[in-house]
Amino acid sequence: MLVVINGIFGTPHSLAGGLQSTWKYDYTKYHPMEEIYRWMEEVERRNPELVSSTVYGHTIEGRNISLLKLGLENSEGKEKKVIWVDCGIHAREWIAPAFCQWFVKEIVDSYKTNKKLKEMLQNLDIYVTPVINVDGYIFTWANESTRLWRKSRSLPPGGSDCYGVDLNRNFNANWGTVGVSFDSCANTYCGTSPGSEPEVKAVMDFVGRMVDQILCFLTIHSAGQLLLLPYGHPHISAPNYDELVSVGQAAAVEMKKVHGMNYTVGTSPQILYPNSGSSRDWARLIGIPFSYTFELRDKGEFGHLLPEEQIQPACEEAYAGALSIITYVHDKPFTNGSLPDTAVATVTVSGVTMMIWSTLIAVLHTAV
Amino acid sequence: MATGELNPNHYPAQRAATVVQHYLNTYYGSPYKVFGVKGVHSGNAEDVADSGRKYQLNISLQDFISKSTENCSAEVLFLRGEKQQQPSPPQVQASCYELSAINTKVQEEAFYQKYKTNQSLMSAHLPDSYGHIEPGMEPFWHLGTVASSFIMLNQSTEDTLYNMAQVANVTQLETENNQLKFDYHVLLHEMVSQAIIHWKLLFSWSPSEGVKVLQQEQLPHCHDCEKPPNSN
Repeated sequence: MLVVINGIFGTPHSLAGGLQSTWKYDYTKYHPMEEIYRWMEEVERRNPELVSSTVYGHTIEGRNISLLKLGLENSEGKEKKVIWVDCGIHAREWIAPAFCQWFVKEIVDSYKTNKKLKEMLQNLDIYVTPVINVDGYIFTWANESTRLWRKSRSLPPGGSDCYGVDLNRNFNANWGTVGVSFDSCANTYCGTSPGSEPEVKAVMDFVGRMVDQILCFLTIHSAGQLLLLPYGHPHISAPNYDELVSVGQAAAVEMKKVHGMNYTVGTSPQILYPNSGSSRDWARLIGIPFSYTFELRDKGEFGHLLPEEQIQPACEEAYAGALSIITYVHDKPFTNGSLPDTAVATVTVSGVTMMIWSTLIAVLHTAV
Repeated sequence: MATGELNPNHYPAQRAATVVQHYLNTYYGSPYKVFGVKGVHSGNAEDVADSGRKYQLNISLQDFISKSTENCSAEVLFLRGEKQQQPSPPQVQASCYELSAINTKVQEEAFYQKYKTNQSLMSAHLPDSYGHIEPGMEPFWHLGTVASSFIMLNQSTEDTLYNMAQVANVTQLETENNQLKFDYHVLLHEMVSQAIIHWKLLFSWSPSEGVKVLQQEQLPHCHDCEKPPNSN
């Protein structure tokens, strides 16, 4: 048995306790993409026992889509389960990438002294993508007039001069059915086909390869102070809807304890609007049992232009919510492996409710 | 569409409540008073034969500046227009006496006097990309919300949810008839389509008269504005 004694082989920086040493990174400010890329390198360099990185795809303009994997060695050699967290599918939602950075910082700074967190990191790997829509995010930093861009920066299709696809309408999940536009100039343009966008394909390929290990898929957005559960289609509900609601509500309770802010829990067609092709829906459809969209602060006063003074409180409450869900899925006794054809959706058609198996959905979809 | 008792957390009641917010801001909003929906307690919707749908709501509103909240009851009637036409603006009745009576006279008068003679104010991007508003510029941001509320109220339907995203530009014009006068370029966010819609507004304001919109014009969606910059 190999015993690694922390600190003997580490660099002076990692001995000093992760991010608390000489390097200063301001988590209460918004950072441009170049700084986020450098931050990811620094976090990995300073915490090699906990953090590793992967480039798992490229944007339409050729930029790296990268994630940080947070996890500790499992001393029993057990297969690790996975938590997925992504931020920045929508370019203008700056508080989301800010949260992913905060989330990593919190874990790095507290895992050595937080016994529960340490235990979870021995059983789970947490994959965090700070910015999925890198091109769009960079575009929002170009000048004052681009700040409210939402989509990717894909080239205009023939006959149009409008750029970009709404990446959260492009996933292979009832694609193109509700809450989308087929006009490339629209902000909910769903693209030419499911997964047509390289950013979306990167997520679907990478997550798809480890789907059997993933317990929970969290995708972070702003704004509205909502916790959205699957599905975005008004006539489809997840078979574990009741549990998704209760886990979501428990998270909202934890979030409110931090700064008194209310987060509403429900499906998108209940509390926001019907939609299709979202990453949350895709994750649930391929069998990941817990899948949530976090819509962070605020409720309309500043909207996506959330002041930097609110980054800390917004991230603190979001962290409490995310940790609540992660702790639940970690602690929940799981059955021995997951059945490949576990029911993933209940469809109500003309009052008749049917359980739909994931393979059947896939077949129905390709047949359309 | 849901009829009868509404779930207050679901979107139909929330959208109708936001219409009440816009209505109250057109009446009572000022550089020192702007309302937002804090929550919906209860709601009811019913079809009104041939003309539309009526919502009855109990909501709580909050003044963003003083942070006071009040419970209000309101009715919103969404009118069903003729098939090809733009629907008429919703009709709203609301009782929110405490919020409307919040006393901002001193601040409003000071602001009015300051800008009545010094008429050259120009500003842009309220808030800026970082959510920051220059000290002293908040009243212009609030005025932008109030003026935008006239447009947002007129444009609202059961299928929309509007908020003002940003004041892109403010130019003060010459005071006329003792009213401060402004030219504003505002960006409105519509939640369901996720669109950002540009409007130009010419309006006047004084403590006694409130905001009066003189001219309004929707600006076309500018594709040229979205071409990538030359350098990354």
